[in-house]
Amino acid sequence: MKKRLTTRLLAVLAVLTLFATACGSDEAAVGVGDCESVDSVSLQLQWLTQAQFAGYYAAADEGIYERYCLDVEIREGGVDIAPHQQLASGAVDFAVSWVPKALVPREEGMDIVNVAQVFQRSGTLQVSWADAGIESPADLAGKVVGNWGWGNEFELLAGSRKAGLDPSSDYELVQQSFDMLALLNGEIDAAQAMIYNEYAQMLESLNPATGKRVTEDDLSVIDWNDEGTAMLQDALWADGARLGDADYADITTRFVAASLEGWMYCRDNSADCVEIVLNNGSSLGASHQAWQMNEINGLIWPSPDGAGVMDGGLWAQTIDVATSQGILASPPDSGAYTTEYAEAAVEMLKNRGVDTTGKNWRRVDVTLNLGGE
Amino acid sequence: MKGGRILRVLVATAIALLLVVGIWEGYKWVGQQTGDYWPGTSIDLPASTDDLTMPHAMDIADELFEEVRDGRARLPLYLFLLKKGWFTLQEAAIGFTLGLTVGLGLAILMLRWRVAERGLLPWINVSQTIPLIALAPIVVTWGRQQDLPDMLSISLIAAYLTFFPVAVSALRGLQSPDSDHVELMRSYAAPWWTVLVKLRLPAARVYLFPALKIAATLSVVGAIVGEISIGTKTGLGRAILEYAQRYAVSPERLYASVIGAAVLGLLVFGLVSLAEWIVVRRTGEVTS
Repeated sequence: MKKRLTTRLLAVLAVLTLFATACGSDEAAVGVGDCESVDSVSLQLQWLTQAQFAGYYAAADEGIYERYCLDVEIREGGVDIAPHQQLASGAVDFAVSWVPKALVPREEGMDIVNVAQVFQRSGTLQVSWADAGIESPADLAGKVVGNWGWGNEFELLAGSRKAGLDPSSDYELVQQSFDMLALLNGEIDAAQAMIYNEYAQMLESLNPATGKRVTEDDLSVIDWNDEGTAMLQDALWADGARLGDADYADITTRFVAASLEGWMYCRDNSADCVEIVLNNGSSLGASHQAWQMNEINGLIWPSPDGAGVMDGGLWAQTIDVATSQGILASPPDSGAYTTEYAEAAVEMLKNRGVDTTGKNWRRVDVTLNLGGE
Repeated sequence: MKGGRILRVLVATAIALLLVVGIWEGYKWVGQQTGDYWPGTSIDLPASTDDLTMPHAMDIADELFEEVRDGRARLPLYLFLLKKGWFTLQEAAIGFTLGLTVGLGLAILMLRWRVAERGLLPWINVSQTIPLIALAPIVVTWGRQQDLPDMLSISLIAAYLTFFPVAVSALRGLQSPDSDHVELMRSYAAPWWTVLVKLRLPAARVYLFPALKIAATLSVVGAIVGEISIGTKTGLGRAILEYAQRYAVSPERLYASVIGAAVLGLLVFGLVSLAEWIVVRRTGEVTS
């Protein structure tokens, strides 16, 4: 009896071993392709899976990273995850972060480098009801103005100062939660909103006053890109100390090229990318993601100097706003960003006949459904 | 006899549920009548009663049957929440087991050496004052540096909440036998270990199980909070975070996911109660 049990156990063990070996060899077969070896790297996102990060998911799911001999693990953000901190601690190899949010810790000594400026425009808006008459920053005078805090308020503060308003006395700044409830309920006059997220949420909601769907005509928008106080947002950051290492530098070039190619894929196949994002576990609605994909494309394209290549003027503007608002004590040194990797990537892609500037890209019309479904 | 008892529990649960729904809808109705004031006064109600803040109970129930997208699959929200809940339950279970082990280990350590009790107990108390918001990034960064999956980091956070009530009440329980009984064991020349297993551990059961019930629900809370703060691909906490962000668009969904979390808490509470029944009642001992 006892012996039979041992035999059975051995049999089970043998089967398991076989299974494991089969899986193992299977994994090895994928990935390698023409590559001599595959480098495993991880990327820290700022937030949960959504079209804001579609390019990276597309590069992973469409086999673009694989073609660059990379195996990329994409890590979603959470409430307490600071991507730059994950990068600096060595927990991940690359991170997506807004420029000012990464420059503050950099000034404090964190050695992280902007290797690709993916978003060429800011997606932050200040949204109000059209009948409130807030058309420009000067109109914020005397109003209750919502903002998220945590570094999201700088464009607003700089923009209103530029219009001659003192944020501490000329209007009331209030902390806003991450939904648009306060504006919908009329508790605040103007709310901060990302064009690709909260602004869409407004358009997916019912107007409590009328019971009808909110339309773009009901809303008035201040776009910081037009006011000259926009700050650069999503960029790829690498570990500065490791860039001296030839292997990591080589991986960085390939990672930047593959990621940018992912974004180009999403520019040309936005519907596919929405599907990819949803497949990767976003439980936000399909029309909401389609809107977001379209608007994210609008933040990237056109990229006149080539995707990922820093726009020196916007960098200067970002630094100018950051130093004038006291976010940064002084302008960062020249090592804070490099166009070396993005330019190499663009060159590589150009030679393959890929459109790297997207100058002919046009927004598509996206119909948002109630609740974003 | 047994059937009657189950029926009683079911009826009581149904009545309790109806009561909650009744209070919810009643409060909402009153608020709607008075414009969110206490009736006959101009004092604000503590929460406004519009459909965004307090959706109708029926709308929340309906939402549970709405179809949602989960990766490549489409399924009703209640199934989606069950799936996510199953993942969170696993994290909580690992966290609970770890917390239980560490908590019991610490209690035995403190029982064995008075100096350990004096040295450790204050730190055990202090440990619970560290906010999770500070702890979570430390745990996840450390975990990733050790190449541990994020799921395990979340379990560690759950364990961190769990070990505290276990350690404190297990210590009390282990110290609870009368000195007469301990003396008697000593007079038999029973080694310390035997006294622990034959006398102290059985005596600790009555102290331990209430603490385990708290610990079990805390492990669920820890898992959900951990998911929210670290960010995971799946889990109930992730669903809550995603729906919280879109509260203004569909408040029913957030309420539904919170109900999912509550059900999970009740489930683990029930499991510990079952274990208590097996361990304590069936050995024929009377509990206080």
